[in-house]
Amino acid sequence: MSETTHDGTVATTRPVSPDDGLTAAQLADKYGLSVSGARPSLVEYVRQLWDRRHFILAFSRAKLTAQYSQAKLGQLWQVATPLLNAAVYFFIFGLLLGARRGIPHDIYVPFLVTGVFVFTFTQSSVLAGVRAISGNLGLVRALHFPRASLPVSFALQQLQQLLFSMIVLVVIMIGFGSYPRLAWLLVVPALLLQFVFNTGLALIFARMGSKTPDLAQLMPFVMRTWMYASGVMFSIPAMLADKDVPGWLTDILQWNPAAIYMDLIRFALIDGYGSSYLPPHVWAFALGWAVLAGVVGFVYFWKAEERYGRG
Amino acid sequence: MAEATRGERVPTVIADDLHIVYRVNGARSGKGSATAALSRILKRGEDRGVRKVHAVRGVSFVAYRGEAIGLIGSNGSGKSTLLRAIAGLLPAESGRVYTDGQPSLLGVNAALMNDLTGERNVILGGLAMGMSREQIKERYQEIVDFSGINEKGDFITLPMRTYSSGMAARLRFSIAAAKDHDVLMIDEALATGDRKFQKRSEARIRELRKEAGTVFLVSHNNKSIRDTCDRVLWLERGELRMDGPTDEVLKEYEKFVGK
Repeated sequence: MSETTHDGTVATTRPVSPDDGLTAAQLADKYGLSVSGARPSLVEYVRQLWDRRHFILAFSRAKLTAQYSQAKLGQLWQVATPLLNAAVYFFIFGLLLGARRGIPHDIYVPFLVTGVFVFTFTQSSVLAGVRAISGNLGLVRALHFPRASLPVSFALQQLQQLLFSMIVLVVIMIGFGSYPRLAWLLVVPALLLQFVFNTGLALIFARMGSKTPDLAQLMPFVMRTWMYASGVMFSIPAMLADKDVPGWLTDILQWNPAAIYMDLIRFALIDGYGSSYLPPHVWAFALGWAVLAGVVGFVYFWKAEERYGRG
Repeated sequence: MAEATRGERVPTVIADDLHIVYRVNGARSGKGSATAALSRILKRGEDRGVRKVHAVRGVSFVAYRGEAIGLIGSNGSGKSTLLRAIAGLLPAESGRVYTDGQPSLLGVNAALMNDLTGERNVILGGLAMGMSREQIKERYQEIVDFSGINEKGDFITLPMRTYSSGMAARLRFSIAAAKDHDVLMIDEALATGDRKFQKRSEARIRELRKEAGTVFLVSHNNKSIRDTCDRVLWLERGELRMDGPTDEVLKEYEKFVGK
C-alpha cells in the first residue's frame, strides 16, 4: 500500500508514509485507537466495577485490618470501640439527661446501643466517602480502575465494622432479655437496604469531596446534627407526644432514612419494641430511600468519572 | 531495507496538542494564616485561592508499535505528568490522547499499605492492577522470589513498615512487574534496590519490553535511556523541545545541560 517511499528517497527523521497529512483524529480512527481516559458507558461501567469486585473487597478488608494493626490489643478494638461508644452515650443520655422518656426501662439500653451502631454505620460511610477520592489521589493517579471502587469499598469497610459491632449487640440483647428468635432475620434485609443507601451517599459525597475537599471539615457537624434529629438516643414519637405538634410532622421525622433503618433494626432485635413504635409504610420507605440514594449516587458519581484525579 | 516495515507502522499512542493543568488549593499567597485565607475568599474573582500549574503545554507526537521511547528533561519539566495523561489517569485540559488498549503505568506504590504484611500487599497490589485472584496465586511465588525478600528470613509475613526502604522498593517493583502490558510506562523504576537487584530488574524490563507493544521510559540516567530506547522525546517547561533518534536528542540535551 506504500507507494510514496522508494529506494531513492533520502532517509529523513520523519519518514513519509501514506498516513502523512491525516489529522490525529483521522489517524486514530484508521487504526482503531480510542481516547485515553474517556468515560465508559453506564452499562460498561457497571461491568468494569463488577470485574473489580475482588479488589473492592480486598481493599476494604485491608483498610479494616490496617486500622488497628499498631495497637497492642489489635483486632480486639473492632469490638471494644463500639462498646465504649455505647457506654459513653448511655452515661450521658441515659443517666445524666434522662432521654429515656417513653421507652420501657428494660429496653432503653438495647434501644440506645442499636441506634448508635446503626447510625454510626451511615455516619462513617458518609465521612469516609467524602475522603474516598480526595484522600486517595495517589492511588487514583497511579492506577486504572473504575473510581467508584473506592467509595463502594469504604462503605463495605463500614459494613464489616458494623458486623463486628453486631457481636456486641447480640450479647447486650441477650443480657437485657431479648433472646434470638425468627424476627431477628429481618436484620438482614434491613442492613442490606441501609448498605445500599450508605453506598449511594458515599458516592455522592465522594464526587463532591473530590471537587471541594473542605467538605471533609464540614460534614462531621452535619452528621452530628442529623444524628440528634433522628432519635438515636430518644424515641421521636414519645418526645413529641406531649408537645402540640401535628401527627404528620412526627411521621415525617420518622421517615427520615436514618430513623427508618434504626427503627427497623430495633424492631427486629428488641422484644419489647413492637410495631407501635414504627411509622406507617416503614419497609416501603426503607426500600425507597435505598433505591433513590443508590441510583442517584451511582449515576452522579459516574458522570464525573473521567475528571477524578485532577488536583 | 527498513522501507518495507516503515509503510506498515502501526500507531499505538497519539497525543494531539495535549495540555495538562493542575489546580492547587490554598497555595496562592505566601502567608498561610487564617486571616489571609479569609481575605482571599472575600476578594472577588475567578481564582480565589486556587493556583494553576500548566504542566504540559501543547505536546503532540505519534508512537508506533515496537518503539521504546525515552522521556528526558530537567526536574519539573512535565515528564511524569505526560505519562499519567497517556495512561488516562490525569484528565486533559484540552487536546486528546488516543491509545491502543489500556496503557499502564509501572507502579503500585499507592495501593500498598505499610501496616499489612508483604504477603497481603502482593495480593492487594495485584488486584489493584487488575489481575484476577487466580493469576496472582499463579505468580505469587514468582513475585516473592524475584523480590528476594525472603532471602534473609521470613520477611514476607511481616508488616511492610518493618522493611528497610530498599526491601520495600524491591517488593513494589516485583509486584508491578508481574503483569503483562500493551503499552508500558516506566517512571525511573530502574534505580531501585541494590546492584544485584538492579541487574535483575533491568533484565525483567527488557522482557516486558518484548511482550509490550510500546514502552515509555522516564529517567534521568542517560545511560539507561541509551541502552533501552531508540527514540527520545525531550520535554522542557512542559513543551516538546525535540523528538528524534536517541543519539541526536541526547547530544543536544547534553549540550543544553552542560552550559
